[in-house]
Amino acid sequence: MPSITRQPFRTAVLVLVWGWLLFLVLAPNLLVVGASVMTRDPGTFISLPLNLDAYRQLFDPLYLEVFLHSLYMAAMTTLVCLLIGYPFAWALSKLGKQRQLLLIFLLIVPFWTNSLVRTYALKMLLATNGLINSALMGLGWIDEPLQMLYTEGAVIIGLVYLLLPFMILPLYSVFDDLRQELLLASHDLGAGRFATFIHVIVPLTLPGVLAGVMLVLLPAMGLFFVPDILGGSRNLLVGNVIKNQFLDARDWPFGAAASIVLTVTMAILMLAHRLSKQRIGEEGAG
Amino acid sequence: MKKTLLSLSNLTKQFDGKTVLDSLNLDIYDGEFITLLGPSGCGKTTLLRLMAGFEHADAGTITLSGEDLTGTPPEHRPLNTVFQHYALFPHMSVFDNVAYGLKMEKRPKEEIRERVEEALAMVQLQDYMRRKPHQLSGGQQQRVAIARAVVKRPRLLLLDEPLSALDYKLRRTMQVELKRLQRELGITFVFVTHDQEEALSMSDRVVVLKDGVVQQLGTPREVYERPANLFTARFVGETNFFPGEVESIHDGAITVDVFGLKRTLRRPDFPVREGQPLHVLLRPEDIRVLDPADEQGVAGKIVERNYKGSTLDSVIHLDDGTEVLASEFFDEDDPAFDYRLGEPVKVSWVDGWEWLLPEEADEPVHEDALTDA
Repeated sequence: MPSITRQPFRTAVLVLVWGWLLFLVLAPNLLVVGASVMTRDPGTFISLPLNLDAYRQLFDPLYLEVFLHSLYMAAMTTLVCLLIGYPFAWALSKLGKQRQLLLIFLLIVPFWTNSLVRTYALKMLLATNGLINSALMGLGWIDEPLQMLYTEGAVIIGLVYLLLPFMILPLYSVFDDLRQELLLASHDLGAGRFATFIHVIVPLTLPGVLAGVMLVLLPAMGLFFVPDILGGSRNLLVGNVIKNQFLDARDWPFGAAASIVLTVTMAILMLAHRLSKQRIGEEGAG
Repeated sequence: MKKTLLSLSNLTKQFDGKTVLDSLNLDIYDGEFITLLGPSGCGKTTLLRLMAGFEHADAGTITLSGEDLTGTPPEHRPLNTVFQHYALFPHMSVFDNVAYGLKMEKRPKEEIRERVEEALAMVQLQDYMRRKPHQLSGGQQQRVAIARAVVKRPRLLLLDEPLSALDYKLRRTMQVELKRLQRELGITFVFVTHDQEEALSMSDRVVVLKDGVVQQLGTPREVYERPANLFTARFVGETNFFPGEVESIHDGAITVDVFGLKRTLRRPDFPVREGQPLHVLLRPEDIRVLDPADEQGVAGKIVERNYKGSTLDSVIHLDDGTEVLASEFFDEDDPAFDYRLGEPVKVSWVDGWEWLLPEEADEPVHEDALTDA
C-alpha cells in the first residue's frame, strides 16, 4: 500500500467526502434522533430528560389518523403515477432515440420552474372560478362550478403533477435496458403477450417500479405546501404535521420523531429495492 | 428422395425499401444440419427470423410438413431458437429458464422436472440447476440456451450464430457438442454463421447467401470444391484465381492458356467457345511449388512463408505480379522442408484439381470488397 503522505490528492478527496458526510448527513440526522428522545421545552425547544414520549404521541388516535390519511393519499398518488408512468415509459422506450430524448427533455422542463409556483398555477386551474370550471360552464356542460379545490382529489392531482417524472425516469431506464431478445425468446418458447408480460416484463422492470415508488411515495408524504395550497384543513400530510410541530406548535421532539418514522420507512423501501435488484442479478440490473 | 420438413417459397422481405431477401426458395430436409452462410447483411439472420416468426415476409410462404406457417405467431410454431446472445431470462434460475417453455404448455410439474433434468443432463449442466445465468460462464450459458430450446422437442431448431461470442477453443468444443446433440436428438438444425470453416465442418448442406439471393446450395464438399460462382469461391476458403483463355475445344476437354502454359483440362458444365476468357480456380493446397529448373510451371519467387504446424503456407509472386497462395503439408522424408524469402520457384498444379468458372458481368475489382465479414 502506498503511504498516505505520498498521495495528497487522494487524502484530500477522502477527507472532503467523509467530512461532507459526517457534517452534513450524519450530524443533522443524529441531531434529529437526539431531539426526538428529549423533552419539549417552551424556552429552549428541547431539554432533558431523555424519554420516548414523542414516539408514544405518534400513536395518539388523532395523529395516527393523520398519518394513515397521509399514507392513503401518498399511496393513491403513487398508484396513479405508476398507472400513468408505466405505459408512458414503455411507449417512450419504443420510440426512436431522437424522440426519446425530446420527450425526456419535455419531462424535465417543468423542473426549471419552482414547484411552489406550479402548485399555485394548478390552483388557478382548479378553483371555483378557475379555468376548468369557467370552460365547462361556458360550454354549458355544467350549471354550477364543481368543487375541486380543497378536496382530497386536488391534493392527489397536485402530488401526481409534481412527482410523475420521478416515476417515469427510473421506469424508462429499466425499459430502455430491457433486451428485445428476451421478449422474442419468451414468444419463441410458447408464451403469448400476456404471459410474456407477467413472467418476463414485470419481473425485469420491478427494480424500476420500486425505485419509482420510492421516489414518489416518500416525497408524497412530505410535500407539505401541496395540501397547504390545494387541500384545505382536512387533507394533511405527515409533512404538514412535521412542519407544524417545528414552526407552529414548537414541539420539536414530536416533529423529530415523526420525521424519523418517515426516514425509517424510506430505509425499508430502499432495502426492498436492493433485494429485488439482487434477485435479477447483474445482467438485469446493469 | 429426402423428406422436406420446412419449405420456403418466394420469400421476399424489404426493410426501408432495401431488399433483404429476394423471392428466396429453399427446402429443408427432415433431420438434416443445414447452414446459412454469408457475410453480414446477406439476409441470413432475417431468413432465420422469418422462420421463427419474429418477422413477417412481404411475400412468399413458409410451410412445415405441408402446413402453412406464414401467418402463425412464434408462440404457436413448433420450432425453437437459440439466440446469438443466448437471451436467458436473468431473473430465473437455470432450471426455471429451461422449464419456461414447458410451463407455458401447462405440463404437469413432475413431467417438467423430469424433462428439464434430462435436457440439462444432455448438456452436462445438471449440477447448475439452481444457479442464475450471470453466475455461469459464456459456454455454460450457451448450453443452457440450447437445453431450453430442445426441451420442447421442436421439429426444427434455429441457431443464430450461437457460437460467435465464444473464444476459439470453446467454439471448437461446442461445434463438436452441437453435432453430437443433433445426431442424438434427430432434430433438424438450421444454423446461421458467417464463419465458413464452421459451416463446412458442421453441416450436411450449406446455403451460401449474398444480398438475399442463394448463391449456392450443396454439401460442404460441393461448395468448397465446385463453387457455383466467383462469390462462393471467394467467400468459402482461400482461392487463387488464374486468368485463362480457351485455346481449343475437344471431346470432354478444353485446352486453356494460363500464363502462357497450355493445359488440357476437363471441359466445364457451362458453354465454352474458343478465345473465351475464364477463371482457373485453385485452392492453396492444390498448388505445387516446383524447383525453378523444372520444365513445367510458372516462374515466381517466394515473398512470404508462414509455419502453420501441419502445413507450410507461402505467398509466391509470379513474374507478372500475380500473387499465389500455396499451402503444403510437411513431408516425413523432409522434415526440414522450408523456403527462404526471395527464393525462385515455379508454380503448377495437378491436372483435374482446378475448377473453371466463366467471367462474370459485375465482377468486383478487388477481392477485398467481399471480405467484410
